[in-house]
Parts: sequence; structure tokens; C-alpha cells
Amino acid sequence: MKIKQLKEVLGFLALRLCMVLVMAILVVVFWDIVTKGGGAVSWELLTQPPKDGMTKGGIFPAIVGTLLVTLMTALLAVPLGMGCAMYLNEYALDCKFTRFIRMSIRNLSGVPSIVYGLFGVALFVEACNFGTSILSAGCTLGLMTLPLTITASEEALKAVPRSYREGALALGATKWQSIRTNVLPYAVSGMLTGTILGLSRAAGETAPILFTGAAFFLPDLPGSLLSQFMALPYHLYILSTQHHDTALVRPLAYGTALVLLILIFIMNLFAIILRSRLRQMKKE
Amino acid sequence: MPLAKVKIKISDFNFYYGQVKVIKGVSVEMLAKNVTSIIGPSGCGKSTLLRCFNRMNDLIPGARAEGRAEIEGVDILGPQVDVVELRKRVGMVFQKPNPFPKSIFDNVAYGLRVNDITDRLIIEKRVEQSLRSAALWDEVKDRLKDNALNLSGGQQQRLCVARALAVEPEILLMDEPASALDPIATARIEELIVELKKHYTIVIVTHNMQQAARISDHTAFLMQGELVEYGKTSDIFTKPRKKLTEDYITGRFG
Repeated sequence: MKIKQLKEVLGFLALRLCMVLVMAILVVVFWDIVTKGGGAVSWELLTQPPKDGMTKGGIFPAIVGTLLVTLMTALLAVPLGMGCAMYLNEYALDCKFTRFIRMSIRNLSGVPSIVYGLFGVALFVEACNFGTSILSAGCTLGLMTLPLTITASEEALKAVPRSYREGALALGATKWQSIRTNVLPYAVSGMLTGTILGLSRAAGETAPILFTGAAFFLPDLPGSLLSQFMALPYHLYILSTQHHDTALVRPLAYGTALVLLILIFIMNLFAIILRSRLRQMKKE
Repeated sequence: MPLAKVKIKISDFNFYYGQVKVIKGVSVEMLAKNVTSIIGPSGCGKSTLLRCFNRMNDLIPGARAEGRAEIEGVDILGPQVDVVELRKRVGMVFQKPNPFPKSIFDNVAYGLRVNDITDRLIIEKRVEQSLRSAALWDEVKDRLKDNALNLSGGQQQRLCVARALAVEPEILLMDEPASALDPIATARIEELIVELKKHYTIVIVTHNMQQAARISDHTAFLMQGELVEYGKTSDIFTKPRKKLTEDYITGRFG
């Protein structure tokens, strides 16, 4: 009995240690960025374009660029991902072929983002003739996000009890009616949660936009979907490695990192709020 | 007494899940405005048989029916059958109460709305009628806007009956409707079934032989997918023709 209890205590301790370790790393990273970047975040940083060879001024065009390209990503990934998940979960027969498709989708989420970048160059920039632009970069990021969106949406659809579907069908509802009125309302928050998490990952990606539309420096904001743009992650990359005086712009780099982090945090917050709403709806 | 009309008729009916034959050559005629119960040990195919009458098994990949199944002499198996239309005529109450996470009102109105009935007055009238028929109206009339999931298990099941009735079906299929309920709620459901058979043809699958004896007019005893015996409930329970039936209803197995 004593040994059993000891094992129990040790087991919990080990698990707790894992948890503390993970949290500690997060806290250290966050602390580092906040302390070093906090001083750089100012009204000027948020509203001004870079000046004097990026040693002064702000990151306003990069913020706008990241928001625009994320929006473009969402426009592609949300409808396509949700539609695909609905088809796979609700309509497609469970045969070898669909299992193969599903497996391929899961595997696609493991493809390195730089590969998506190169693919984006071949498909959107060149074949579709979108050039290096918000459109190309957004589509590339959208493709990259799709596997995550589809998988998360499918899980959300799976979580809707079968009895909701059967109950509706037994009352003479068509399949689409049962999905629209009795499945989607309960799955949509879960679908959106997964999608937003995917989008927030896309917003922080550098590799896929590197060749597809992100610009080193632009004095003006993008004028159309076919313009190049500045983006926060790419800007951060430049400030930390490509700048002629990286030591001088270090505070600006940290400030950029902090802004990017906050932006992503806000998106994740949205996902959390949606999730808690979903839980509440289920409880009622 | 005039000869009762045959409502559901199946003959030489086989049903397969993939390669596995789960219903084997069953032939039965079920009478209109009667309660017919299907009894038998677990896994004998009684739910499968029930779910053939509203083609609910269509949802299962690899499921396949053979033979004839008719409602009022019209085939219900063929590809020309409008399954949505069929399910309006043949309502169903499931084993576990499955109210939708909507208000009580919206639950009952659901079947009307998906069948394109939009007139508010008609819907309100039909909802009240259905809830009254399901003996639930007095308990919920002051809280129709409440979420249906807040009702007790027995109330939820009666709500599911009301929901099925709202579409005005001719036949009501019930798949062990009381198996998840306590004795008092079960008694209420049974009273309800006896009341409903004035207007509806009811087919009920049950595990509970006393229940079959109490409420049904005819009983079909199914075992391993085969129909062992079918007849008047009073006959089946007092003078079964087959030894197997007798053994089952006296509790020697199952």
C-alpha cells in the first residue's frame, strides 16, 4: 500500500514537472521579448513607416501587410477548409480512397513551410501570373493552413452526436437540412476555433511569403491585392539578420516581435472565446 | 369487428451488413392502429428490422435489403422511393431520448420547419397538439422557450414522441423507448403508447417482455435474425406454439 502511494506521488510529481518546465520556457521567452521590446513599442512604432534605413521610425506597413495577407489567407482557407471537412465527414463514403485522401491531408500538414513557399512561387506567382503579391502570399499561406483547418473542422463535426443527425433525418429532413440546421450550428465554433489557430500560425510564418510577395522595404502601403507588402515576421527576420547594423536595430526587432506576438495572442484569444461559447451552448 | 387493415407487410425479407446476414427470410404483416412489438435477445436483429421500415439503415455503409417490404401495398425498398417522404409517414422514437439542443418549442417545430411549413400560427397549433398528444403539454406549456436538455429523461422521451407526432406520421416506430427511463417514466410512456394507437400504427422494439405483454396487440419473436413466432400477444405469452418462444418468455435464456 505504501509503495503504491509513493508511486502515485512520484507519478504526479513527474507530470507536474513536465508542466512547469513547459510553462517556464514560455514565460522566459515571453519575458525576454517583453523586457527588451517593451521599451520600443510606442505610438510611433505602431503608426509610422521605417525611416533612415530602418534604424528609426515604426513598422506600420508591416502590421498592415500582415493583417492583409492573413485576411487573404482566411478568405481561401476558411470556406475551402470547412467545405472540404463537411464533404469528408458528412458525404464521402468511408472507403479506401477517402481514407487515403484523409491521410494525405494529415501528411500535408507536416510539409515544411519553405516547400509551400516554393510551391507558391511556381503556382501562384508564375503559373497564375499573380506576381509577387498579397494574393500570391495569401494563397500560399492558405494552402499551408488548409490541412490544419480541414482536420480541426472535421474533428468539430465528428463531435456532434450522431443522434442529432438521425433525429433530424427521421423527421423527414434531407441530409443537407439536417447538416445545416442540426449539425453546423453545434460544430461551427469548433470549426472556427481550429481555423483561427491555423491562421494565427500562418500570420507568423516567414518562409512561405519570402518568395511570394513580402518586400524588404516599401515606402507606401500596398495599393491592391497585386502589390507587394511588408510583413511582421519577414521584417523581424531582416532586422535581426539582414540589416547592416543589427546591433543598433535590436530594440526595434524586439518591438516588432512583441507586436507580432500580441497580434497572434489576440487571434488566439478569439479562438478561446469561441471555444468557451461553444462549451456554454452545449451545457445549456 | 371488421377485419383490420394490413399496414406494414414484409415477405421473405433479408438484410445484410456487408456480407453478414442479420435478418433471414422474415415475413410479417402488421395491422393498422395496432401495437406490434418485436422481442428477442440482444443482437437478434430487432432494431435492424425496425429501422428498415423508415430506411434508417441507409445511413450505414454496406447495408443492403432483399425481398419485399411494403406500406399499404406500396414498396418501400426500391430506388424510386423518396426516403424523405417515407420518413415523414413513418416517424421514429429512439432508444435514448435525443432532443436537439434547442428550445422545447423548436424541437417540436423542427419537423414542420424542415418540411417547409412556415406559417407561425399553424406551427404553434401543431406544437401544442403534439405536446398534448404526448402528454407533455401541462408540464411544459409555461416554459416552451427553455432548452429541451433541461427536461428530465422521461420528459425528454415524451418530447421526442411529440416531435415525431408533429409531422403527422401514420406509423410510429419505437426502438426500446423506455429502456433508459425509470419505472414511473416508463409507465407514462406505456400509457401514452396505448393512447396513441387509436390514431397511429405503432411498432415497438422492447427488451422487456412484460412491457410487450402489457401494451402490444401482436408480438413477433425474433432470434438470430429469424422470425420464430408471430401472433396475438395473448397467444404468444399464454400458449406459445414453439418451445423456443416458451423458453424465452419464461426467462430460460436471453
